[in-house]
Amino acid sequence: MAQSEASSPGPETAGALTTADGRPLAAALARASARARRRAFLLVLPLLAFILVTFVLPIGQMLLRSVHNDAFPRNMPALTAWFSANPRGTEPGEDAFAALAADLKGLRANRTAGEVGTRVNYEFSGTRSLFTATARNAEALAPPYREALLAADPAWGDPRLWAVMRDASRAITPNFYLAALDRARDETGAVVRAPPERRIYVLLFERTFLVAGVITALTLLLGYPVAHLLATLPLRWSNLLMIFVLLPFWTSLLVRTTAWIVLLQGQGVVNNVLVALGIVPDSGRLSLIYNQTGTIIAMTHILLPFMILPLYSVMRPIPPSYTRAARSLGASSWTAFRRIYFPLTLPGIAAGGLLVFILAVGYYITPALVGGASGQLISNLIAFHMSSSLNWSLAAALAAILLAAVLLLYWLYDRLIGIDNLKLG
Amino acid sequence: MRIPPHATPLERLWAWAYRALCALVLLFLIAPILVVIPLSFNAEPYFTFTPRMLALDPEGYSLRWYDTLLTFGMQAPEAPRDAAWWRDAWKNAHWIRAAKNSLIIGIASTAVATVLGTLAALGLARPEMPFRRAVMAILISPMIVPIIITATGLFFFYSSAGLTGSYLGIVLAHATLGIPFVIITVTATLVGFDQSLNRAAASLGASPARTFFKVTLPLILPGVISGALFAFVTSFDEVVVVLFIAAFDQQTIPRQMWNGIREQLSPAILAVATILVMVSVGLLTAIELLRRRSERLRGLSPS
Repeated sequence: MAQSEASSPGPETAGALTTADGRPLAAALARASARARRRAFLLVLPLLAFILVTFVLPIGQMLLRSVHNDAFPRNMPALTAWFSANPRGTEPGEDAFAALAADLKGLRANRTAGEVGTRVNYEFSGTRSLFTATARNAEALAPPYREALLAADPAWGDPRLWAVMRDASRAITPNFYLAALDRARDETGAVVRAPPERRIYVLLFERTFLVAGVITALTLLLGYPVAHLLATLPLRWSNLLMIFVLLPFWTSLLVRTTAWIVLLQGQGVVNNVLVALGIVPDSGRLSLIYNQTGTIIAMTHILLPFMILPLYSVMRPIPPSYTRAARSLGASSWTAFRRIYFPLTLPGIAAGGLLVFILAVGYYITPALVGGASGQLISNLIAFHMSSSLNWSLAAALAAILLAAVLLLYWLYDRLIGIDNLKLG
Repeated sequence: MRIPPHATPLERLWAWAYRALCALVLLFLIAPILVVIPLSFNAEPYFTFTPRMLALDPEGYSLRWYDTLLTFGMQAPEAPRDAAWWRDAWKNAHWIRAAKNSLIIGIASTAVATVLGTLAALGLARPEMPFRRAVMAILISPMIVPIIITATGLFFFYSSAGLTGSYLGIVLAHATLGIPFVIITVTATLVGFDQSLNRAAASLGASPARTFFKVTLPLILPGVISGALFAFVTSFDEVVVVLFIAAFDQQTIPRQMWNGIREQLSPAILAVATILVMVSVGLLTAIELLRRRSERLRGLSPS
C-alpha cells in the first residue's frame, strides 16, 4: 500500500494500517486481543486456583503418599545408615545388630515401636509384635548384640526380615504399587508374585472392570429402546415420559439404594411377589441382594439415566425421513435400522457408554451397602485400607491405579465427545 | 410411533413388543422410588406390604415412623406435646439436627460453587479464552474422579492442614464437588447468549459490572439457578467425603441414613427416603420451569 510509507515507523510494519491515534493496527489488535485473553483468564482464575487447592493438591499429596513412607528411616536412623553403607546381600554382622539395638532403644524412648512395626508389617505380616515386644525390653540389651537379639527372638535372624527392613529404610519406595499388583520382594530383592491365597487386588481390579462392563452393557440394552421411544414421540408425550428418567436422576443415591434393599431382600417385595405367584417356593427365596447380583441390579438402575440422556440428545435431532428414505429404496426395517439409524446414534452410545463406565468403575456407596462380600469393588477396598487396616500408603497406591484408569477414560471421552458436550437433564 | 398401515404382521408384533419393553424399562426406573412411599406408612416394622396394607385397611397404615424421626434422640419424647416438647425436638432430635447440618453445609457450599462457577463459566464462554480445553477438563474433573479418591486425598490434605472435623472443610469439599455442575449448566446457557447485547450495553456507556448485573445476569439467571440446584443436591446427597473428614458429631442426613442402613435398617429410613423423594420432585419441577423460562428468554421455541 502506497500511503503507508508516511505513517509506518519501520520496515517490520511496512504496509500496516494505523489506528486513529497513529499506532500500527496489527500491534493495537494484538494488544487488544491479549487484553481480552487476560480478562477471560482472570474470570476463570479464582475457580482454577480454588480447584487446584481443594482438589488437585490433595490428590497430588495422596499420590506422593503412595510412593513415600518415612516411618522407618525417621525412627531407625542408625540401621538406616547401616543399610545405605552396606550393599544388598551383606550378611548383617555385629555392627548391624548394634545399630538395630540402638534404634530399638530409641523406639522405646520415643514410644514409636508400633509405628515402625506397622510399616514393616505391611510387607512381612506378623512382625509388628516383634518390634513392640523387643523394644519393650530394649533397655536390657547388652553386647554382643547379635546374640542378645537372637536370644530375645530368633526371628531377628530371618534374612527375609532384613530384606524387608532394607526396603523400608528407603522413604521413597515402589513397594506399595507392587503390593497393589499382588507382587512382593523376596530376600534377594527380586520381584515375585504373592502366594495364590493372597492375590486379591488384581482379581478385584478385574472384577471391577468386569462389573462396570456388564453394567454399561445392561444400561445400553435397556436405555437404547427407551431413548429411541422418547426421541420419536411428540414432545408433549416425551416430556411427560422424561419424568420417569429424570425423577430417579434427581433422587438421592441413598434413597435409591435403600429402595433396592427393600425390594430385593429375602423377605422383600420382589421375593414376596414371586412366592405369591408360585414362581419360587417359599423355602427357595432368591438371594438378590448382598452379593454381586444386588450390586449390578442397583447400579444399573442408578446409572441408567446417564445412558438415556446422552442417547436422547443424539437421537432427537436425527430426521425420521432418513429411515423412511431407506425403506422407500427397498431396505427392510432391520436393514434401515442397521445401516442408517444405528450408525447415526454411535456418538450417543460412545458418550453414554463412556460416562456410565467411568462412573461405575469408581462406584463406592452402592456396592458398600448392597454388595455383600462378592459385590465389593476396588473403591470399597480403598476405603477398607483407609479406615480399617490403616495401610494408607497401599490405599493411596490402589487409588492411584484406579485414578490412572479413570483419567485415561476421561481423556478418551474428551477426544471422542468433548467435555463441553456434557449435558445434564 | 404410529404403526403404519402397510406394516407386516411381524413388524406389528415387533412394534408391540418394543412398546412393552419400553414400558417395562420405565417401570424399572420409577418403581423402586414409588414403592418406598407406601411402605413408609407401614404400621408394622416390616419392609414389605402386610396383608392389612394390601386390603387397604386404615389400621395397616400409620405415621409412627415419621413420628420416630421427630422423637429419636429427644430428651423427653414422652412428654405432652406442647411448646417445650417442640423446643426439645428442635434442639435434640437427631434427624432434625442432621437436617440443619445438611442445610447449612448445602447452602454455604452452593453459594461458593455458584459464585466461582458462574464467574469461570463467563470466562470459559469467551472465544478468546486461552487453554480453554485443558482448563475445562480440570474444572470438570471433580465430577469424574471417583469419590473415594477425592475423599482419600482430602483426608490426607485436611489432616495436614488441620481442617478435619470443621464445617469449613466440608463446605470447601462440597463446593468442589458441586462446581462441575454449575460450569456445565451455565456454559450451556451461555452458548445461546447473544454477545452483541454486551457490546450494545458497553456502547451505551455501561461499565462491565453494570452490564453484567443489568444485561447478562438476568438472561443467564435460569441456568445459574439450575446449576445452583445441582450443586445443592450434590452436597445434600454426599456421604463419602463427610464420612472421611467430618467429626463424629457432625451428622448430616445422608450420613445418618448411611449409618441406619449399615447398622439396623428401620422403616424410619423409608420415612426419610419418602421426604427426600418429595424434595426431588420439587427440585425437578423447579428445574423444568427454569428450563422453559430460559428458552423463552433466549428466544428459542418452547419445547
